[in-house]
Amino acid sequence: MDLRLIAPELWLGVLSLGLLIVELLTGPDGKRLVGWIGVIGLVLALAPSWALLGEPPRLLFAGAYAVDAFAAFFKLVAVLSGILVLLAAMAFFRGRPGGHEGEVYTLIVFMVLGLVAMAASADLILLFLVIEFVSLVSYVLAGSLKADAKSSEAGVKYFFFGAVASAIMLYGFSYLYGAGGTTNLYRLGPRLASFPEPFVVVAAALVLAGLGFKISLVPFHQWTPDVYEGAPAPVTAFLSVGSKAAAFAALARVLYVALPPGAWVPVLAALAAVTMSVGNLLALSQQNIKRMLAYSSIAQAGYMMIGVVALTASPTQVGSGIAAVLYYLLAYVFTNAGAFAVVVAAERLLGSDTIADYVGFGRRAPLAAFAMTVFMLSLTGIPPTALFWGKLSLFGAALQSGLAWLAIVGILNSAASLYYYLGVVRVMYAQAPVDAVPASEGALMRVLLVVAAGATLVLGIYPEPFVRLVQRASLLLRV
Amino acid sequence: MTGVLSLVLWLPAAGALVLLAVPRERVAALRVTALAVALLDLAAAVAAGAWIDPARAGTLQLVERVPWIPSIGISYHLGADGLSLPLVVLTALLVVLCVAYSWRVETRVKDYMILLLLLHTGLIGVFLAQDLFLFYVFWEVSLVPMYFLIGIWGGPRRGYAAMKFFLYTLAGSLAMLLAILVVYLHATPRTFDLVELVARRPLAQNLPLAVLAFWGFFLGFGVKVPLFPFHTWLPDAYAEAPTAGSVLLAGVLSKLGAYGFIRIVLPLLPDAFRQFAGLTAVLAVIGAVYGGFVALAQTDFKRMIAYSSVGHLGYVMLGVAAAAAAGGGAALGDAAGKALTGATLQMLAHGIITGALFLVAGVLADGQARTGNLTEFGGLWARVPVLSGVAVLAMLASLGLPGLMGFVAEFLIFLGAYQVFPALTVLALVGVVLTVAYFLWAIYRLFFGPLNARWAALPDLDGRERWVLAPLCGVMVVVGMYPGPLVAMINAAVTNILGLVR
Repeated sequence: MDLRLIAPELWLGVLSLGLLIVELLTGPDGKRLVGWIGVIGLVLALAPSWALLGEPPRLLFAGAYAVDAFAAFFKLVAVLSGILVLLAAMAFFRGRPGGHEGEVYTLIVFMVLGLVAMAASADLILLFLVIEFVSLVSYVLAGSLKADAKSSEAGVKYFFFGAVASAIMLYGFSYLYGAGGTTNLYRLGPRLASFPEPFVVVAAALVLAGLGFKISLVPFHQWTPDVYEGAPAPVTAFLSVGSKAAAFAALARVLYVALPPGAWVPVLAALAAVTMSVGNLLALSQQNIKRMLAYSSIAQAGYMMIGVVALTASPTQVGSGIAAVLYYLLAYVFTNAGAFAVVVAAERLLGSDTIADYVGFGRRAPLAAFAMTVFMLSLTGIPPTALFWGKLSLFGAALQSGLAWLAIVGILNSAASLYYYLGVVRVMYAQAPVDAVPASEGALMRVLLVVAAGATLVLGIYPEPFVRLVQRASLLLRV
Repeated sequence: MTGVLSLVLWLPAAGALVLLAVPRERVAALRVTALAVALLDLAAAVAAGAWIDPARAGTLQLVERVPWIPSIGISYHLGADGLSLPLVVLTALLVVLCVAYSWRVETRVKDYMILLLLLHTGLIGVFLAQDLFLFYVFWEVSLVPMYFLIGIWGGPRRGYAAMKFFLYTLAGSLAMLLAILVVYLHATPRTFDLVELVARRPLAQNLPLAVLAFWGFFLGFGVKVPLFPFHTWLPDAYAEAPTAGSVLLAGVLSKLGAYGFIRIVLPLLPDAFRQFAGLTAVLAVIGAVYGGFVALAQTDFKRMIAYSSVGHLGYVMLGVAAAAAAGGGAALGDAAGKALTGATLQMLAHGIITGALFLVAGVLADGQARTGNLTEFGGLWARVPVLSGVAVLAMLASLGLPGLMGFVAEFLIFLGAYQVFPALTVLALVGVVLTVAYFLWAIYRLFFGPLNARWAALPDLDGRERWVLAPLCGVMVVVGMYPGPLVAMINAAVTNILGLVR
């Protein structure tokens, strides 16, 4: 077998195991070394992942593991989000001794490995194992500030919700296996096609419980605000961009490959509408920035679902739902990870997660406040930012697939979301308190913010290369 | 000569970048740089105007077209004709005056000037864009700086007013985005290029879909104008904005909506627009009359001007609706041309006149008087003759005194609209009567009667303020006396657009 095809996975495996050893060998003051090795290693992982974009699609390991541009795209997304999150974590731990700094860095890289594999799984058993792998790492990461009661609570809550969701999903897998007689997604497809529709819908609903949990889809979203609030901000960022993206990849593969088209569309379209509306309504009244971003991430999941259910157009056209989702996820990685990076910076400078305490932030930390403005405008979907282009593609896909009502729901929600996104901006630039003195975000944080905000703007102003990229990545989805 | 329009468009944004490098303590340098950039841009806009061949003012000139996102069919496509160019020059002029007026702004001068210049680029972009996507981007981009201008430098209820302004406009523009997508998805080959779309008119055979798209555009542009009943954000935003913000809101932003109706809806969806032209006209007339009545009841100077704007924009929309209704029939072609030319001229007149009025109100409210309450003034003529003279001139122009700019515009609108909507036009004249009433009453309350002793030491316009107001007064008089060239230019563009409608 050509090892090049699994080079990213091999490299990430070596990297994470190596980090475990480095972590053991470094003293309590030297943990940043672990972080830097992790960052460099992840940057190096981009090259083999990029190389796979052009590979002809094929299945490896007895059909259990897919190598196609779709999987390669999500490898890039997972690694990019890993880099951003790792940098944010290093900024988070600066001058915050104790805790489990080295372990957190290492686990982040482990989780990237899991996310990479999740997007490529083509077999129910492998998929389940990978999801469990990612979940267990996330539970530990969410509870990693052991001295902090909220963080521990987040870890435990996430674990219990996650365990139940996994169990239900596994039950759904057993339906699929029982009907199709195989666990391979690509062999399941033709065999399930002849099954009665209600059966397929039930199976899809059960599977959705597990993946919907990771995506924060209503009604599997209840864990989101508490976990987002309690977990350390960099970990929250990872849950909101990395896990979500990989779960969307797995969901898309299961839905498009294994399940007959059509049956699940109305259910998921309704869930998309409910998800964005619930997320937005609950976000309106939030006082805590992390809880606000939690509900915002629920709403964003709802927008992305529009693309998943908009099936009609061929993937190379505008109006292709899956291409829109891929673009949205890529844009969302930079925007949302950036927003959480600002939360990290603000926690450090202001000592608070309350939105009202951001008063004068524009004066104290102009760069972070400007970056946050870009991220909030992007989340609202205002040009020239990345998610504007994402939303445009999603709504276009909905119109193209005859789901105009879903586009209208999306638009109403986008308008409403302006209120709470702009609320943050309004507070930041309100008259500063008298004692507001400029404070430095730190060099590392500055670099991170410039990269994230820059990427958010570039994806919004010159989307052409990225549009081509997602078209290629979505075209090769069906092996 | 291509590149002129790009220069006009991007010069202010480049200026904003330059300002970024100036330390925030160097207030004088910040102001001078901003003013220099705005003046240069005005010069460039005027130069572009000189370049344009007036004989061909109906066709797009100085066109620039570069592929931007070719895989989707989006290009960076700029062009100017007799419709957009006067609006560009108006924008550039008002920004210069706003920067000069804003010398008195003391807080966060750097942020203020940067936002003003960014807003400048956004507004010019809307008027020059010939690609729907580009149009939408500039449309939205212009919201953000205005939000901050109102929200940071505005009056006591600035937070509320800024949010309301942004929410209303965004809701409308998202509906417009859907409409743009509908048009785009039905064009073969797919393109966002406005010129190509107008030539092909993708929804011509599909009236239900065209109606859907029409409502999307209608919401987007109607909120921006604002048409009754979407006007409720306007008085808050106009009254709470800092003076420069009010001037640009009234002078330029309100024109974006009407411009969108003329540039996009009229040629692209003529059948759908004709179907709802009556409704649009009714809403416009309601706005004209209702705005007049409410303006009559205001005691705050800025709020009175705000509601008077609702009325004046009602006339504009009446003209546009008349043109839309008449567009199909050759018999009414002449009436349609008059109404639309009048509407465009009214947009310009309203920009100039209301700009001047807001500046006068600003001098009173931001300056030593510190109030805009009409009931607290009186007898100012004796004390501040120059300020009074300018204000009276602007008010007379606004109420449509012959010989001043507003009259030409309103006359053309009513002349054209009467042939299409006779009853509604007569009703709209009630609005004109109300305008006369509230402006004369305001003149009385401000400038005549006994001098309130509080204002015994009120200073008249200082040198800078005179320089700011002089060009506006000059335009009011010159265009009022000699409207010929401007009307001819607009008429050429409008005839072309109506020709496309037919």
